[in-house]
Amino acid sequence: MTDIVLSIDDLKVALPAWSDRKFAVGGVTLDIRQKEILCIVGESGSGKSMMGKAILGLLPAPHVRAVGGKITFEGRNLLELSDDDMRAIRGGRIAMIFQEPMTALNPLMKVGQQIEEVLEIHTTMSPARRRERVLELIRDVHLPEPERMIASYPHQLSGGQRQRVVIAMALALEPALIIADEPTTALDVTTQAQILHLIKELQRAHGTAVLFITHDFGVVAEIADRVAVMRHGEVVEQGPASQVLVSPQADYTKALVAAVPGLKPRLKELDANSNVLLRVTNLQKTYRTSSGLFGGKVREVHAAKKINLELKRESSLALVGESGSGKSTLARCIIGLESVDSGSIEIDGERISGRTRAELRPFRKHVQMVFQDPYASLNPRQRVGDIIALGPMLNGVGREQAIAEARELLHLVGLKPDAVDRFPHEFSGGQRQRIGIARALAVKPKLIVADEPVSALDVSVQKQVLELLNDLRKSFGLSMLFITHDLRVAATVCEEIAIMQRGEIVERGATAEIFATPSHPYTRSLFEAVPGREWIGSLG
Amino acid sequence: MKSGSLGSYIVRRLLQTIPVILGVVVVNFLLLQLAPGDLATVLAGEAGGAPKEYIDQLRARFGHDQPVYVQLFNYIKNLLVLDLGYSFRQSAPVLELLLMRLGPTLLLMGSTLVVSLGLGVLMGLLAALWVRTWKDHVISVAAVIVYATPLFWVGLMLVLVFSIWLDWFPTSGMENVVAFHEGWNRVVDIAHHLVLPTITLSLFYLALYARLMRASMLEQRGLDYVTTARAKGQTDRKITTRHVFRNALLPVVTMAGVQTGGLLGGSVVVEAIFAWPGLGQLAYQSLFARDYNLLLGIFFMSAVLVVIVNLIVDVIYVFLDPRIRIG
Repeated sequence: MTDIVLSIDDLKVALPAWSDRKFAVGGVTLDIRQKEILCIVGESGSGKSMMGKAILGLLPAPHVRAVGGKITFEGRNLLELSDDDMRAIRGGRIAMIFQEPMTALNPLMKVGQQIEEVLEIHTTMSPARRRERVLELIRDVHLPEPERMIASYPHQLSGGQRQRVVIAMALALEPALIIADEPTTALDVTTQAQILHLIKELQRAHGTAVLFITHDFGVVAEIADRVAVMRHGEVVEQGPASQVLVSPQADYTKALVAAVPGLKPRLKELDANSNVLLRVTNLQKTYRTSSGLFGGKVREVHAAKKINLELKRESSLALVGESGSGKSTLARCIIGLESVDSGSIEIDGERISGRTRAELRPFRKHVQMVFQDPYASLNPRQRVGDIIALGPMLNGVGREQAIAEARELLHLVGLKPDAVDRFPHEFSGGQRQRIGIARALAVKPKLIVADEPVSALDVSVQKQVLELLNDLRKSFGLSMLFITHDLRVAATVCEEIAIMQRGEIVERGATAEIFATPSHPYTRSLFEAVPGREWIGSLG
Repeated sequence: MKSGSLGSYIVRRLLQTIPVILGVVVVNFLLLQLAPGDLATVLAGEAGGAPKEYIDQLRARFGHDQPVYVQLFNYIKNLLVLDLGYSFRQSAPVLELLLMRLGPTLLLMGSTLVVSLGLGVLMGLLAALWVRTWKDHVISVAAVIVYATPLFWVGLMLVLVFSIWLDWFPTSGMENVVAFHEGWNRVVDIAHHLVLPTITLSLFYLALYARLMRASMLEQRGLDYVTTARAKGQTDRKITTRHVFRNALLPVVTMAGVQTGGLLGGSVVVEAIFAWPGLGQLAYQSLFARDYNLLLGIFFMSAVLVVIVNLIVDVIYVFLDPRIRIG
């Protein structure tokens, strides 16, 4: 076939000797055709990113190397090219878009210069002509005020804007192929929707082939022409998107598709007259930079303005919002890590806001938190048993008994009880999150505040952890405040939803009602931004 | 943001330094009260003993008979109009003595800063470029050895080898006073005297900056924006010069600012070894003579120096790093 842009033939990428498996990519064969978006889907450790890097020769040598196979691009095997030839291809014929727009740009260099660098390397354009092209590119990716934009530094732009800059850089020389490595994973949903739209628009306009690496089937449904599913460095299934998404053949693909949280709202299960556990009234919190001894500008950020919330006993409420909406601040106020400016927080009729640290201590055990990052939230030098037992011991339980309870809790969250003697680094992300949940449950709290507890996890693991939280809620009679940016997750877990935007709750109600008739424009825009919502809807 | 308010930022920072320096003065003043003996007893001792009336009379002349808080109040009152008092020991106003000694110290500090920062950054850069080769090992091991060597020992060894055995450099002083050099000849003469003290004082900081620069370069090289630059097709050489170097320099500049205070402390030792006529030597002398007025003056001057250097570093930082917002 002549319309093949890049063909990967039995590619093998070796991992260093000390890793747990021999190959990051173990014999992948793939073709990317002209004008198509090929999505590589897989969970972390599937080797999808390594494959993308291998194409451009960006593997972290010397530990990780391509050791076998062929990558044919424009008649040449990329694995055998000299450094100089490879450099001419990088940025020129094949460009790359990265996951983290926050760190992908040099913080000390103006954005315009960074885009211009590509032209400088690969062309002989005059400076004036280069500048013109940069402005043109900035307009192409729909960034506002191109003239001002090129003179800005990366830190002056938002995440979405930076990703547009990276895309402009990739487009600069109209490459034949763009490799996009999870380009929207680090962005908010609405921004993600815009960037996906942009990539698709530009891909159509320029007829570029795109290799799109992602872990999110929603994104796949949104953008892919063809799909290849990877697991443990091998392609388990590939085919047209319409086929793989609708009738997956491989068991692994089926499991992944089944793990995608649906958009089916959870219904209210409890009687309306159960009493209120958590009541937040007119809560306000403003962050100020201090003016210092001799003045200087005071900056104010209203993280929470006049927040009112109620959470009934044994129910769960999802707080949905994008980054900067104030949802985490609210959570920190509720668990007493942050003092409030005005308003009150009551738990079980007892006011906990406005208390000193010492006065707050007896109430700490009523509210516990499950944190977002399972890697950073467990002390690496403490044994799992001690991590879990510490809470009860602070509340007067003897060590023997606390450890015994920890064993039971570990069993409850689906880990082996002998995990008490092991250290956190011996566990995977999902297992660590289970430990985090066991730790929170150890003091028998009334309320669990879960701050994005699954957003750092793979979909299949995410599903398991959500199910676990659900089971525990029932068996312990817990109430839960669940903070998330993902409406899909919110829908599966909580029967009530509050949507937050810029420090305010813009809409609140039963999940089913909000899903049926979202009334606030922001809520509607969140729904529209859910990647692959039509496909998810069709899953039923 | 940068140009418009930079001036007002500097003015504000200077205003902020006033309470800092006053605090330093008060603490120093009170600390010196704790030291045993005073100028009167030292003078009396040197004269081979004196009657108590004479010592009391001396104390009254120096103002030491008054309560501590009155002395402190008077001292600060005078300080505000830059009257640092009189050194009875050296029979000259303190300010005059300080200004005379400030030049040589600034010269020594300046040349040390240039040498240690320049060579340190260069060595760190080279070590990072040659990472895990024998050249890197040579630089790194040398840096550790130098880092661990005491300053005074280095000074004495340098004098022994280069002045006494090889006779390449003078052993002490800032210039050959009996030669009466003028113009260029004088500059060359001072530079000749400057070599050994500068090397002595520089070595430690050179090693510190080299180690920091190497680590910083290696850290920056692993960051995402470097991958972006590689994906653009940029050459390794340009990636280093255009992207990594400036980013890697930032922590070194911060460290250099923090270390200025230490540099002043180190210059006391070096000035004593090489008889360099600077503030450090003066501090050393006045300490043993219990010349507290002079000592306080030197502390005051040092505090001002450190504060100003820190301000300069902060201003440089604003230009190096666009993320730093002033105000």
